Amino acid sequence: MSAIQQKVSEPVSDELALVQAAKGGDVGAFEELVRRYDRNVFRIAQHITQNREDAEDVVQDAFLKAYSNLEQFQGQSKFYTWLVRIAVNEALMKLRRRRPERMVSLDEDVKTDEDSLPREVADWSPNPEQQYSQAELREILTRTIQGLPPSFRTVFVLRDVEGLSTEETADALELSIPAVKSRLLRARLQLRDRLSRYFQKRESGDGKQ
Amino acid sequence: MKCSEFLQELTNYLDGVIDARTKSELEDHLAWCHNCYVVCDTTKKTIEIYRDSQLYPLPEDLRTRLRSAIVSKCQARKKAGPKQV
Repeated sequence: MSAIQQKVSEPVSDELALVQAAKGGDVGAFEELVRRYDRNVFRIAQHITQNREDAEDVVQDAFLKAYSNLEQFQGQSKFYTWLVRIAVNEALMKLRRRRPERMVSLDEDVKTDEDSLPREVADWSPNPEQQYSQAELREILTRTIQGLPPSFRTVFVLRDVEGLSTEETADALELSIPAVKSRLLRARLQLRDRLSRYFQKRESGDGKQ
Repeated sequence: MKCSEFLQELTNYLDGVIDARTKSELEDHLAWCHNCYVVCDTTKKTIEIYRDSQLYPLPEDLRTRLRSAIVSKCQARKKAGPKQV
């Protein structure tokens, strides 16, 4: 079984030049950075807040905060990783405001029964996603990932959906590398387990009616 | 190798960040343990399905609106001076 192919990240050679120009007051250069990353920031924000309006606010607030604090970006990490850190914090603030009854923290380390390996593992159908329409599949995937604790969901989205490396994810979330790895493993296993309800291979003659 | 040990290494294995010896031990285990094979295979599919799913796309009109709001606020801040937050 081969390893998962990592996403190829965009070339960053000219990125520092754009950041330098933006620091010097070139709003056009900053606009280019917005153009490069707005989709990613929106997706991350929507995954964390689970709310479209909040995600729109997060995109604006995160880029404005980045612009106002460009002087603090020293170029030790990639601009994108630095931006993601700002966006994740903005998104978590939104989530806390919306759900004040439940403290939301990235340090949250949730133990659940789903962590252990089940004794009977049902295999999936080949190409299970093709059993559903695109709209149905989207609904299943959204509902499934929304069931994860925010700390797991965020790590999974940065690593596996956005393609950040373990080190970049740790940097963006201010977590240790072992903490990222442990959350990622559990997020992946929990999603797999939950998706099995939809994708499980059905015995012949036992077709879904 | 026990199933629990396999599970601990699953993320490193799927990410391809594992030394050759551990990799061959994991693959020996996969060859005879059907449960772990299925968990490994379907976890990989889980990741691929999410990666390819394009959940939450940003529509072009919304994108344009957000970008022009950001740019005009940046310009306002520039005029107000660099220390304004």
